[in-house]
Amino acid sequence: MKTTRTTARAPSAQDQYVVDILTVVNGVPQQWRVDTRTTLLEALRDTAGLTGTKRGCDQGACGACTVHVDGNRVLSCLMLAAQADGRTVTTVEGLAGELGLHPLQEAFLRHDAFQCGFCTPGQLMSAACLLREPGRTRSDADIREYMSGNLCRCGAYDNIVAAIRDVAAQQAEDGA
Amino acid sequence: MRAFVYERPADVEQAVAAVAADPQAAFLAGGTTQLDLMKDGVWTPDRLVDITRLPLRGIMVEGQLMRVGALTTMEQLAAEPAVTERLLMVREALLAGASTQLRNMATIGGNLLQRTRCRYFRDPSVAACNRRSPDSGCAAVDNTARMHAILGVDERCVALHASDVAVPLVAVDAQALVAGPGGQQRHIPLTEFWVRADEGPSIEHVLTHGELVTAVDVPLLPAGWRSGYLKVRDRASYEFALCSAAVAVLMDGDLIADVRIALGGVGSVPWRARQAEQMLRGTHVDPVRFEQAGRATVAGAYTLPGTAFKVDLAVATLTRQLLAMTTEANS
Repeated sequence: MKTTRTTARAPSAQDQYVVDILTVVNGVPQQWRVDTRTTLLEALRDTAGLTGTKRGCDQGACGACTVHVDGNRVLSCLMLAAQADGRTVTTVEGLAGELGLHPLQEAFLRHDAFQCGFCTPGQLMSAACLLREPGRTRSDADIREYMSGNLCRCGAYDNIVAAIRDVAAQQAEDGA
Repeated sequence: MRAFVYERPADVEQAVAAVAADPQAAFLAGGTTQLDLMKDGVWTPDRLVDITRLPLRGIMVEGQLMRVGALTTMEQLAAEPAVTERLLMVREALLAGASTQLRNMATIGGNLLQRTRCRYFRDPSVAACNRRSPDSGCAAVDNTARMHAILGVDERCVALHASDVAVPLVAVDAQALVAGPGGQQRHIPLTEFWVRADEGPSIEHVLTHGELVTAVDVPLLPAGWRSGYLKVRDRASYEFALCSAAVAVLMDGDLIADVRIALGGVGSVPWRARQAEQMLRGTHVDPVRFEQAGRATVAGAYTLPGTAFKVDLAVATLTRQLLAMTTEANS
């Protein structure tokens, strides 16, 4: 049972249990003063108000909290906010560009790659990195293997794989 | 989670001094196991010394030796060409572990020092855990055990060391480089790095408080060797091993000129199978002999009703991987 969460007490500058963090989230500089225990997930959701990143298991098992830190996919529930100091963070809110949705978002819609949608931000962020990782979208089996850190309790896996396969194929064509 | 002070030391010396000076302090690296244990109240440090910005990241290959900085992530090590070319079982073990997100965070030093996944150890409401509190008993032995060890354990503790990559690292006699207080440095062979549960259920490794793993020295396999890692688990991906086998062989025709073997998923420490190696060195490819070598490896197993299946599974896993490695090497 997980009962102990970050306390709600107001931190002061003298507090040794407080940490100041400068980070860039989705291209926007952020300055946070938080309890040292705050995870990156909590800072994103509660301090920055970016609630697209989801808290599923809060113990590194489900992948719903996946974000990019310095371009790599990580689990924000198992990272202290303090460790994101000076780093660049991208959340699902930063995935779409000025011209519209990210190709993965388009593909997820096209393929109906979700039901309840709770895992979708994590799936999208994980897949966005997967597409950049060399040699990991060559087959459906590879996509499944390298997406295995993202669970979908609705069981939309087939459509998630189809969506990723589509975008990977499009990228390969564009790059060829 | 218990409140803690968060610090970022300027160098290794400062990091070691900070932890050594405070019995309640702990290093923080990838944090993937640590933060989880802290949320659960199993690990309650009052000071975290974040080492992730120290220059301990990166891989250096010099001749037959690869030096892996302790902060190198599992993904970084898996992508290293020298690993693919000369130590394939290490790459296979790395990629068979956790998920990409976790492998981007988890470091090699932290992987070696990961705590057991025993669910009783990880639940502070369970009082009986000799690993957490000496002489309190073992809830796993008294209740239900499954993802537990059968080698290097007894009725006091059946905690498993769940690392995958540590298994091939033990097989090639890798060593940990350790920095201690006062600028001390020492090399510890990984075969002597962990303490078996049956030799001290509450002691996990030989490091003293404040000592820091700075790198791992990994001998690369000479030309002609072949290696691979076979992991057997409840689901195809993102799952701990029920049993695994790291096997490296040097074949001379149909003859096993040399062999290195370690098993995972079965030991309180990553399990080097030296007796099996001796039984197979200089012999021909023979599944019957492979099985005998497997039987010899698990001969001293301590099993519970829930873990008894691991005896046959370990033999079958090793036999299958020996066959794969020795016959592939021939073709």
